[in-house]
Amino acid sequence: MGRQDIVAEIPRLRRYARALTGDAARADDLVQDTLERALGKWALWRPGNLRAWLFSIMHNLFVNQARRAGAVDYPGDEALPELPMRASQADAIELRDLAGCLARLPAEQREVLLLVGLEDLSYEDTAKILGLPLGTVMSRLSRGRQRLRSLLSGADAAEPHLKAVK
Amino acid sequence: MNQPPISEQELHAYADGRLEAARRVQVEAWLDDRPELRQTVADWRIQNERLHGAFDPVLDEAVPARLMAAGRASPALPLHLAAAVAWLTVGGLLGFLLRDQLSPAPTASASLPRQAALAHAVFSPEVRHPVEVGAAEEAHLVAWLSKRLGAELKPPRLAAQGFDLVGGRLLSGEAGPVAQFMYQDGRGQRLTLYVRHDAQVASETSFRYARENGIGVFYWLDGRLGYALSGEMDKAELLHVATAVYRQLNP
Repeated sequence: MGRQDIVAEIPRLRRYARALTGDAARADDLVQDTLERALGKWALWRPGNLRAWLFSIMHNLFVNQARRAGAVDYPGDEALPELPMRASQADAIELRDLAGCLARLPAEQREVLLLVGLEDLSYEDTAKILGLPLGTVMSRLSRGRQRLRSLLSGADAAEPHLKAVK
Repeated sequence: MNQPPISEQELHAYADGRLEAARRVQVEAWLDDRPELRQTVADWRIQNERLHGAFDPVLDEAVPARLMAAGRASPALPLHLAAAVAWLTVGGLLGFLLRDQLSPAPTASASLPRQAALAHAVFSPEVRHPVEVGAAEEAHLVAWLSKRLGAELKPPRLAAQGFDLVGGRLLSGEAGPVAQFMYQDGRGQRLTLYVRHDAQVASETSFRYARENGIGVFYWLDGRLGYALSGEMDKAELLHVATAVYRQLNP
């Protein structure tokens, strides 16, 4: 394992960061910070799952940045309302695409949903990356999927329908 | 049928395609009797497909150069340290090459051309960041460097010699802050004017020439200021410009 292996992980780190932040430039900044942090901590890395190690570094940076920026609430699961609020007409435009719906998920649910559903990481690796018990990962996955389902169905229902005009 | 009850975790594993074949068949049969739940699980699977559809194209994008550079940096050192080491290596190599000129112990005026040549060697090859403040902000540049050196500086105009001001930067010298102005001609050839402020008024003011590892340096002392003009060009050509600099600074 060497730096070629780190370089080989860059496309996946970018994909995850893009989905997580919803912004190409911010995503690449996060990837760059991750790579720099990884190389700085290289001496601490023990042979094992390089990909999971890189994702865990990115997770820590993302959480710290989000906390600092105050952009994302990071409350416990219990503090979150059980059901999403009904999308208003004005929200419908933003909701129409998947990225808009993802952005409306709490960050902690979004992370689990993406690590499992997009990055195809095992539930166990996802738990390690996020530093959570497996049970918490599964409950966040469940809540995230439920919520995304509601958001997407709201978005799909809000698609404008063409009407025949005489 | 005797089979363990199906947990929600298994439903997720089913949607994610992570169940063993035998269990998958059992879950499918179980879902057949629960159409609403079956739809929910199908929607989870569709979510995964939509995520891949939306974000997999990122995998095929060209990786930005800055990320390739970050990924390829030496793992032993953080990036900023690696950069610092690279620069120290340039300095160490120059110092080694210049060791003969350093003995006997350098006097204040003898260290001037060496320091100037070193600064020239380090900064003149810089493509993207040759200066800290560009010529577009010349007034700011001059005010800033004058303040830091505690002396009124005035970068000479060398357009008649074919060189335009690129900008300047603040450096740390042996005895305090040093200013470096950079000039460039139409062919991209660069000159640097190194200006330092000494504590004592110089007793000697003569105009001297030194050659440090391929870099020509004309240097002179003027009151408390020491000047050195460095460039990778022959002596006559450099003298032509150095004379213009000297005349402008001592009208």
